[in-house]
Amino acid sequence: MRRFRRNIIILMVSKMVAPYIMLFAFYVIFHGHLSPGGGFQGGTLLSAAILLMRLTAGIKLGERQFKRILGTPLGSLGVLIYFGVGFLALLWGGEFLNYAYLPFGLTPEKLRYLGILLVEIGVGIAVAAILVSIYDDLLEHNNE
Amino acid sequence: MSNFAYISVAILLTLGIYGMVLKKNLVKKLIGMTILQVAVIMFFIASAVKGGATVPVLDERLGIPNPIHYISPLQHCLMLTAIVVGVATSGVAFALAILIYRRFKTLDEGILLQRMGEK
Amino acid sequence: MWPLSIKRPGGVPIKVIIAFFLLIFCGLLIYVSATLPLRGDSLAPMHRDQSAVGSPGASAYYIRNAFRDTATPNMVTAILADYRGYDTLGEETVILTAGLICYLLLRKKER
Repeated sequence: MRRFRRNIIILMVSKMVAPYIMLFAFYVIFHGHLSPGGGFQGGTLLSAAILLMRLTAGIKLGERQFKRILGTPLGSLGVLIYFGVGFLALLWGGEFLNYAYLPFGLTPEKLRYLGILLVEIGVGIAVAAILVSIYDDLLEHNNE
Repeated sequence: MSNFAYISVAILLTLGIYGMVLKKNLVKKLIGMTILQVAVIMFFIASAVKGGATVPVLDERLGIPNPIHYISPLQHCLMLTAIVVGVATSGVAFALAILIYRRFKTLDEGILLQRMGEK
Repeated sequence: MWPLSIKRPGGVPIKVIIAFFLLIFCGLLIYVSATLPLRGDSLAPMHRDQSAVGSPGASAYYIRNAFRDTATPNMVTAILADYRGYDTLGEETVILTAGLICYLLLRKKER
């Protein structure tokens, strides 16, 4: 097969643009309350920022940004954060996933606000890590 | 004739089923499945609008929230789940297609059935 | 031998019969879509405050009470993470399961 040669323009542009995509992804996750956005949308943007370097520079240089073995553990961590918030509400007297019973000492509306924020962070981390992990699995046998 | 959006959804759905049934290559069948999922998602989102209403994010200039001013947010919430399930299904389906190619060295349905029959 | 390319001795191949049935299916969908409520009607049964059997209508309830219960202006996030948070937990488990399936099927063992 013909050897694939990397283009210098694509490498330079993606190297400069990828941090801003990641910053925008964090903005979308954390402003899920005030404008359209939230966990799933921000998680997909975050995975796009990581996959951009893997597509343009190969897996060896892309691993400096996000290692390949970190995919599934971070996905499990995201589900654990979601489940942990719900379980915390269960331990302090309420039902499962009723955020008004979290132990932080605010009014019930502010406690639900905080509960939604923690849950969306968990969802964002899980979605980003799993999408990058699926891409890495599909390209396992290509060594370049 | 004012439900024009539903006609385009019906055409996309039929194209998706056509791709899944009448094409021989496995990857083309998977593309048909993705088109089918997108058609169902578009149907729900196209049915959630109201005349003269805005996006379902609260605006202080409109006062107390009144269902006349905002479009229905329920369909958007359900379709977020549907989009993510579609992505997961496509990922697993492509992984299975890679395994089939490694084992049988073909992605054509007729030759695949033949080789599976003689193993 | 692809099963759909078998030629029947009568005349019409199986592919043409299936395509004809697909066209009938598409026509049936277009005919039924004309009987749905008008798109964009504020008085459609799904947008009302009370459904036909007397239970409160879902989207009208969520629009009126989302800010009072959760102090978030974005109603879609409030529904997704608070009113229907259990569905979002199940759906995140679906993503995790898909990632683990791809990992188990495709990663080679280090020898």
